[in-house]
Amino acid sequence: MVSKPHGGKLVRRLVAERTRERILSEQKEYPSVKIDHGRAIDLENIAHGVYSPLKGFLTSDDFQSVLDHMRLSDDTPWTIPIVIDIVEKTFDEGDAVLLYYEDIPIARMHVEEIYTYDKREFAQKVFKTTDPNHPGVAKVYSLGKYLVGGEIELLNEVPNPFAKYTLRPVETRVLFKERGWRTIVAFQTRNAPHVGHEYVQKAALTFVDGLFINPVLGKKKKGDYKDEVIIKAYETLFEHYYPKNAATLATVRYEMRYAGPREAIHHAIMRKNFGATHFIVGRDHAGVGDYYGPYEAWDMFENFPDLGITPMFIREAFYCRKCGGMVNAKICPHPKEFHVRISGTKLRKMIMAGEQPPEYMMRPEVYEVIRSFEKPFVE
Amino acid sequence: MADEKKYTTVSIPKPLYDKIKKRIEGTGFTSVSDYVTYVLREVLASLEEEEKEEVFTEEEEEKVKERLRALGYLD
Repeated sequence: MVSKPHGGKLVRRLVAERTRERILSEQKEYPSVKIDHGRAIDLENIAHGVYSPLKGFLTSDDFQSVLDHMRLSDDTPWTIPIVIDIVEKTFDEGDAVLLYYEDIPIARMHVEEIYTYDKREFAQKVFKTTDPNHPGVAKVYSLGKYLVGGEIELLNEVPNPFAKYTLRPVETRVLFKERGWRTIVAFQTRNAPHVGHEYVQKAALTFVDGLFINPVLGKKKKGDYKDEVIIKAYETLFEHYYPKNAATLATVRYEMRYAGPREAIHHAIMRKNFGATHFIVGRDHAGVGDYYGPYEAWDMFENFPDLGITPMFIREAFYCRKCGGMVNAKICPHPKEFHVRISGTKLRKMIMAGEQPPEYMMRPEVYEVIRSFEKPFVE
Repeated sequence: MADEKKYTTVSIPKPLYDKIKKRIEGTGFTSVSDYVTYVLREVLASLEEEEKEEVFTEEEEEKVKERLRALGYLD
């Protein structure tokens, strides 16, 4: 049986077509709020149940409880504040407002509360630092003075160039059921796959019925693989190296917070809502720079006996010249001089220089696909 | 805004309390309350997991299957 949705019930905040038409015909009567791309996709994730049990943006009770206890005020595990900010009050509590992304009315929000908050406290508790060089902290510092809490209803989808690959929890749940998978391990990624990723995924798949590769698409840093490259690279890998009925690929749109251990829990919750029963927690999961220890995210899971999804802690894979294959530190007895670490950064540099990585680092078919793109990296 | 999470008091037999106190020595748990909270969360979560799975209506499920077929996820 696939995982129960987080909080017990899959949230769906979509309005009936007639209601939608009525709201849109009256849109000038609502106060309007402009939101950025990250908040727009947060809205979609709320509406389609990726963030179940959230029905909207956090009110102050939940916000403070998430900061202090990593739980919603009803004790449900929740580690990342999902909030929307405004610079000044142009509407009141009790109002309904329309949220716009690039002139598209994305959702109606029922404003339950408008509240102030402490940005340094937000940063320190979620990111364990107040350093503005941390991208998540910088984002918090750029927020407006107020946060707005309240439930939402989705009116329009955010334009999505990868709609074909973007499955919702209601769809993945049916898919897993149709495939007869009772146990599913989810893998989160922001990269084109190298052999180290493949090793970790297949090690996990050994113990469950199905593998759910769920790349995060969205805002990227310079030098990252472009979204279309990640998708095509995985399709190729699936075609040549994965058992047909034991693995599937679907994307999710989400703006990374880089909150390390806290975000690892959030990533697991999202995949629980998709129906996964297991989640691979990587080395330095959702980390950036040196703000978190390489396996700090693993320890975080000890705080959540009631998470409802089983973490799988699989050590980073490397190639051992003596073993003659991919191994990890737990199973390889040989000294470090035999080990070749597969570094994503090194691979990207090789690809940029037009140099084909050795087969123990990247499958040749994957390399060919990446190379087929004139500009595979974000500029 | 709530400054602090609200807590309540429950009673457990003293011998059980003493047993737990001894058991958590040298573990990461700093109090009996923390340990009891942990165990209760675990128990409640496993009970909830056993409850009936959410089901879609046949019509909803068929609609989803159609889309999955159209996208090539199902044959």
